[in-house]
Amino acid sequence: MIGQLFEGVPARALVLGGLLLGVLVAAPFLVNDYLLTVLIIILYYAYTGQAWNIMMGFAGQLSLGHALYVGLGAYTTAALYVHFGVSPWIGILAAIPIAIIGGAIIGFLAFRFRVGGVYFAILTIAFAEFARVGFDHFSWVGGSSGFFLPVANYSVSDLWNLRGKPMMFYYLILTMTVGAFVICRLLLTGRIGYFWLAIREDEEAARAIGIDTFRYKMFAVILSAGMTSLAGVFFAFFYNNLFPEQVFHISRSIELILAPIIGGIGTLFGPVLGAFLLTGLSESMHAILYKFGVDIPGVKQVFYGLCLLFVVIVLPHGVWPWVARVLGIRERRS
Amino acid sequence: MPAEIYLNVAISGILTGLVYGLMALGLSVIFGVIRIVNFAHGEMMTIGMYIAIVIFSAFKLDPLVMMVPIAAVLFVFGYALQASLINPFINRPEHSQFMLLVAIALIMVNVLLIIFGPDAKNVQTSYAFDSFLVGSLIVDATKVYAGGAAVLVSAILFAFFRFTYIGQAIRACADNYVGALVVGLDVKRLYALTFGIGAACVGAAGAMLVLIIDVTPALGPAYTLLAFIIVITGGLGSMPGALLGGILIGFTEAMAGLLFTPSAKSMFAFALLVLVLLFRPQGIMGKRTT
Repeated sequence: MIGQLFEGVPARALVLGGLLLGVLVAAPFLVNDYLLTVLIIILYYAYTGQAWNIMMGFAGQLSLGHALYVGLGAYTTAALYVHFGVSPWIGILAAIPIAIIGGAIIGFLAFRFRVGGVYFAILTIAFAEFARVGFDHFSWVGGSSGFFLPVANYSVSDLWNLRGKPMMFYYLILTMTVGAFVICRLLLTGRIGYFWLAIREDEEAARAIGIDTFRYKMFAVILSAGMTSLAGVFFAFFYNNLFPEQVFHISRSIELILAPIIGGIGTLFGPVLGAFLLTGLSESMHAILYKFGVDIPGVKQVFYGLCLLFVVIVLPHGVWPWVARVLGIRERRS
Repeated sequence: MPAEIYLNVAISGILTGLVYGLMALGLSVIFGVIRIVNFAHGEMMTIGMYIAIVIFSAFKLDPLVMMVPIAAVLFVFGYALQASLINPFINRPEHSQFMLLVAIALIMVNVLLIIFGPDAKNVQTSYAFDSFLVGSLIVDATKVYAGGAAVLVSAILFAFFRFTYIGQAIRACADNYVGALVVGLDVKRLYALTFGIGAACVGAAGAMLVLIIDVTPALGPAYTLLAFIIVITGGLGSMPGALLGGILIGFTEAMAGLLFTPSAKSMFAFALLVLVLLFRPQGIMGKRTT
């Protein structure tokens, strides 16, 4: 397995990857709290982007409703913690299955009834919106007035209950991002990765050579949903407040897919690079605007829109393939 | 509850549904011809609504009177959008086209947010609280005017596609892209015209809808989704289907609002969408294509 992880990776890529990881591990000791929070947001989008990429980038199924899985993960663990004092580490044992069931229902309905392409994307939006309106009326978790986790000023970090300082959350999300990267690398270079790519490129042909397309598309949805729900758990315990209007909203689903699209759909490093570019640029723009005393809601999203527009028009394969060429480390074109 | 209440709500829902239908008609025309899913449809409608509000607050001109100029502005906007950004994407993969329109929609919503702020805005017409008494039924005058205008515009659109040379040329592009090129039609220009017509429809629908509901920038994505639900329910690419779907959704929402709670009414529209996608994916009036 370890061999498979590094097989065929150019030495230069290993060195650069190792350097990046080293910098990220050392980062909390080098930067202030603000920059650490920015890094947490970057890694959050890198992680969710990686999870979304399994569905779209590997298996070719465009989901525009990933906020559903974030929300299910967030609400399940938060509700168990607040109502019954259950640790999020135990809570994920409920959150992951719930998100997987959600993904499985969408996947089953769509793939069994041959709902593909744009229709599939709209079906995923519809389910996320359905959940949003549903949670608005779900009073056990606060309904539309929001659900809050108790917060205090922590002197020590309690990893078991995920109560603590940004540094703990930083290492948590870093571990998750590295873990997701490794899982995706192993899957993509394994048998299932080739099945996915075959389905993405030409589903009819994939079926003709004997690939059980239904099964492998379902596997992509389930894996993606389960991984995304963990991001929801992180979201709930990091931000400590949940509103259906925010968590399940379509704009969350869109924000979550920007990093992999800008970085490069279907590439392993694309979501990471995209998250750095997007959050880095948007935070620096925010800082500049703040300096000039401009604080208008919507400016950041217009910027996201322009970035997306630029990338889909000028770099339809994303930024990473281009960067990889410049660095002289060609990722397998997938 | 007396039976009249149900009937009142049903009629009100159907009248609103006619306006929904016109909005969805724009989406259906664009998809039927260009084969591009306009993910910025609801956003274009909010642009129409805000134009109506600006004109109303500046000159006190009724949105229904200003419907034609508003539609004209949206036509130009749609034409320019197709000619500049979307035409180069015609032969790109489906998800790529989708992303392009997601980006355009994201920009539109937030530019509106920057200009007008997040608060709800509306117009106060002199006939806002008028109603007609038909027997024992009370029908809201505003909705009658809006629904009537929607029917009129839809009728003009049907006539345009059936009887004019350009309308027939556009239908030819929809039926056979290569054939249209072979006989020498300027397909790109016709596509731009089509997108313009779709945008004009949704602009006119916006001018009507602004009489019925308050507008916020966040309305855009919600109505994009609603337009999709209507068009898929009615049959993507079918013009009568879009109108029928609009009426059906308007009716469903109104009944759900009466029987359950108004804030949960969109859940019923989503449920309807899921049912249609599963049991009749081509929609009520659509033809099965592969």
